Amino acid sequence: MRNSDEPLSPERQGLRDQLAEGYQMIGKSPIKVDAMAKVTGQTMFADDLSMPRMLHCKILRSHVAYARILSIDTSAAEALPGVIAVLTGAAMPIPFGILPVSQDEHALCLDRVRFVGDPVVAVAAVDEETAFEAIQRIHVEYEKLEPVFDPTTAIENKQEPLHDYGDDGNVHKRVSMEFGEVEEAFAAADLVLEDTMFFEGNTHLPMEQHASLAWREADGRLTIQSSTQTPHYLHKAMSKVLEMPPSRVRVIACPNGGGFGGKSDPFNHEIVVAKLALMTNRPVKIALTREEVFYCHRGRHPVLMHVKTGFRKDGSMTGMHFQSLLDGGGYGSYGVASTYYTGALQTVTYKVPAYRFDGVRCFTNKPPCGPKRGHGTPQPRFALEVQLDKAAVALGLDPADLRLRTLHPAGGITANWLQVGSMGLGPCIEKVVEASGWKDKWGKLPAGKGVGLACSSYISGAGLPIYWNAMPHSGVTVQLDRGGGVAVFCGETDIGQGSDTVLAMVVAEVLGVDLADIRLTVADTHTTPVDLGSYSSRVTVMMGHAAFQAAERAREVVARSVAKRLEVPAVRLRFAENRVFDVQDPENGMPFPKAVQVAEAEHGTIAMAGSYTPPASPGKYRGAGVGPSPAYSYSAAVVQVDVDLETGVVAVEKIWVAHDVGQSINEMLVIGQVEGGVYMGLGEALMEEMSYRSNRFGVHKIPSMLEYKSPTTHEMPPVETFLIESPDPNGPFGAKEVGQGPLLPMMPAVANAVFDAVGVRVDEVPVTPDKVLKAMQAKDKRYGPKSFPDLRITETMRVKTLEQGGDGTAPRPPRAEKQEVKSS
Amino acid sequence: MMRLPPFRYHAPRTAAEVATLLAGEGPEAMIVAGGTDLYPNMKRRHQMPKTLISLRHVDELRGVQMNGAVRLGANETLRALEWHGALKERLPALWTAVQSISTPLLRNMGTIGGNICLDTRCNYYNQNWEWRRAIDFCMKCEGTVCWTAPSSSICWAVNSSDSVPVFIALGATFTLVSHEGERTIPALAMFGEDGIEYLTKRKDEVLTHIDIPDQGTARSVYRKVRRRGAFDFPVAAVAARVALDGDRVADSTLVLNAVGPKPVVCEEAMAYLAGKPLSDEVVTEAARLAGRGAKPLDNTDHLSMWRKKVVQVETRRALEALRP
Repeated sequence: MRNSDEPLSPERQGLRDQLAEGYQMIGKSPIKVDAMAKVTGQTMFADDLSMPRMLHCKILRSHVAYARILSIDTSAAEALPGVIAVLTGAAMPIPFGILPVSQDEHALCLDRVRFVGDPVVAVAAVDEETAFEAIQRIHVEYEKLEPVFDPTTAIENKQEPLHDYGDDGNVHKRVSMEFGEVEEAFAAADLVLEDTMFFEGNTHLPMEQHASLAWREADGRLTIQSSTQTPHYLHKAMSKVLEMPPSRVRVIACPNGGGFGGKSDPFNHEIVVAKLALMTNRPVKIALTREEVFYCHRGRHPVLMHVKTGFRKDGSMTGMHFQSLLDGGGYGSYGVASTYYTGALQTVTYKVPAYRFDGVRCFTNKPPCGPKRGHGTPQPRFALEVQLDKAAVALGLDPADLRLRTLHPAGGITANWLQVGSMGLGPCIEKVVEASGWKDKWGKLPAGKGVGLACSSYISGAGLPIYWNAMPHSGVTVQLDRGGGVAVFCGETDIGQGSDTVLAMVVAEVLGVDLADIRLTVADTHTTPVDLGSYSSRVTVMMGHAAFQAAERAREVVARSVAKRLEVPAVRLRFAENRVFDVQDPENGMPFPKAVQVAEAEHGTIAMAGSYTPPASPGKYRGAGVGPSPAYSYSAAVVQVDVDLETGVVAVEKIWVAHDVGQSINEMLVIGQVEGGVYMGLGEALMEEMSYRSNRFGVHKIPSMLEYKSPTTHEMPPVETFLIESPDPNGPFGAKEVGQGPLLPMMPAVANAVFDAVGVRVDEVPVTPDKVLKAMQAKDKRYGPKSFPDLRITETMRVKTLEQGGDGTAPRPPRAEKQEVKSS
Repeated sequence: MMRLPPFRYHAPRTAAEVATLLAGEGPEAMIVAGGTDLYPNMKRRHQMPKTLISLRHVDELRGVQMNGAVRLGANETLRALEWHGALKERLPALWTAVQSISTPLLRNMGTIGGNICLDTRCNYYNQNWEWRRAIDFCMKCEGTVCWTAPSSSICWAVNSSDSVPVFIALGATFTLVSHEGERTIPALAMFGEDGIEYLTKRKDEVLTHIDIPDQGTARSVYRKVRRRGAFDFPVAAVAARVALDGDRVADSTLVLNAVGPKPVVCEEAMAYLAGKPLSDEVVTEAARLAGRGAKPLDNTDHLSMWRKKVVQVETRRALEALRP
């Protein structure tokens, strides 16, 4: 399974032998362990929770985009019968934020508001109606400041900066690094393409709106139940802002009704209800409206990109210079990581011998952007895959052949020092090319019909945690009952993706028990070992390893005792069908509960822990922390479209998608994730956009599920999914991620298909009908951004590639000013 | 979640009781049928009626009667009409419009009368109270300016009904009942020029039924432009009715909707079509003439320039579909 120097005990060798004989559970499709609860309505989502004496919270939000708060008068609200508490930011002056370098949020704004929707005052009242009435009676006096709504303006620094930290003015983060000699690479190229492209921002749109319930326990501890993907990080933020030791704060993540990255930050409303609960000594609940979810946002950054790539005649790349300008919105969130991610994974799909990346993230007076499914990588992936399509046309090559010729080798190290492990992109491309009839379609369909191909890769968990520490990323405890039950504890959070099921299946596989014998306790900081959270496609790989290790250790103890009792060598023991038996004499064995009893009699209570820390990455330069992963998934997709030549409407007729998942843990859930990613990607490709009315103070134009357009079943075409399974040495049972990667090819594949159908390039997402029409009418048959601003890069970190004899370090990293986060 | 403001609720059983209640309660009362338009609006504080008079139990306003003509009870659900096989066969354009409204769940609740009286829509208006406060409100509710057209003296909220253009094209009439009696008006006469005063129906009147005359040999189609195949209101729509004499147009009606505060009857295009065959040149020219009446502005989904262009394409396609 994993690299380990320690010699295996006979009991562990027995498990290895058993797994080599074939899986009982892994790769099959048992129904999700939470399926019955979900379909019968028994799952308790955060908004289902209610407690006696519970108060309801509403938050007054800024109705101006950018202003200083001069005064807040809450007296009329406090006087309203039924209002129990009114809270302002002054009571919570300590800042927080998901990244240690961006502690720039306050639970309620202190002295400035930074976008329409920024929280200012909170009310706890006996019911929601009263709380709503109360917030309308609060008077906030603002001194308006000049807002900035787009990064090309923000980067000029003519407005008062939103924050008093960052790289300069409204530039939150500026990055520049070069691996190898990019200018030399361009000089050696037969064809150099330069493209400017834009990827509009969009949001997660989970069905469940965020909700939280907090109360003070009788012993003084604070408990919060919340729709969060990251209870551990929320735990840290709550403890910090409320100035309570972590041991006295308990965070329970409810099952999430979808997250997609939108519930990965600690949120102001979570801290607010906790503070109100402490103030009132009553449970306090908040259930956000859909509009408020749009203001929480943390979704896809709008990114303006410039990509310059050198190609040889055979389609291989000589080098690439990628520039990105991110529109960050009002706060930091994951933005520093997002910035790096727009430059990180260009290198893991195709061989890029020399690579330079410049990235800038600006603050703007809009809801903060952050991680959405694919975090920072769908935007550059769109630019890269569309440019490859253009290169293929310019070089007279089939886009599929071009890609197949330039694949990054498995097991290699990229120019920017990412360690590629298993690499199944080639089989993915071959599969979708064959299934779609690509060779008979590309360039050959009648006008209006077309096919497009695009590929992608994604991390199976980030190699580093959000805050620096040397501890494991995931922990699991397995405790065996005398009755044969198995209790499993883990901090992981099921957001619908099926991580509970994966956890149970891994333990069941190792112990040979039924899923029904396993009971899970998850996502509770008081009872479960830390798992960092459901983000970065990390759970299956990291929790899977931890669960395997814990179960293996429990199995080892049981096997040792059973081997003595049965008088057979432990290596011959098999755990299957709720029995432990001799593989050479299957009749010689005992039921699993009996085996546990034998072991418990000998060793005492059996409770074993496992944990997982990702392997170190070869990259050692500053910024090398974003991009490394234990394993990379790969996807390829062909999209077939029908474009209405008169209206520009793009109808997607069919999608073929192949995904290299290493090894499915639950095949049906893997296919479900692929299809879900395809669906979400189509929405981004065709219609979803976060748009704001700069003429009316930067309000979100359409903060509703009706007018923020996301596809319905009518827009969802048939999808043919192929899984490429070649186990990765770093994955549990060889598994890699599937939650995010399959989304990425959709946007470029749609744009490439539109080109095949009508011969125009829409270098911008979403590909809307008006853009297609405008491109058809344009002289250059293109719609897209025309220029890219000067990012004002003054210093570029230079790192030698492996081919150049580098060692993964930067010779002398430019000393950036140490960033200090001040409260503002 | 967003909560409803408080209101009193009446549940009368007859149209006469409805009229009496309306007269007694005065202009602060509103009628509610399915509530799929009104309740969300109330949650957003667009309308805050002190009293709601529900049609839920007024069974006499339900039902479909068909002989040569067709009579629809205004309180009939959209779902009942969608699943009415004979209606689908007799008036396919109306059926197309009805089944395209919103989603199956909302059609279970929403009524045909509700769709006719649908509040005009605008994405400066269909927002919650806090949002509208951020833009300093608009003239349709609590404010003074139409942000869609700031120099305009009228409100440009869009008539977004799917059924209305079809009823106008089919020559339907609407019957309104108040405590003073009953009046029947042509469908078009129901609609005002402004996004605020968008209905000529008086506050004390209730729409009771819709009469659609025998269509003879005339055929009709409805085409709707929207982002998605479900859920969405139209951002441009055309209803076309053509009676042919041989291969030539004897009589036609072309109606556009969702391109301004009021449905647009395309008189110029209709006059042009009279006596002509539906050749490629004729339908193209008729569509061009019809498109002149469309004044889409930037207050719905999709760009207004695109809607202006596409409404012509869809009008031409509607006429092509009515060729012999």
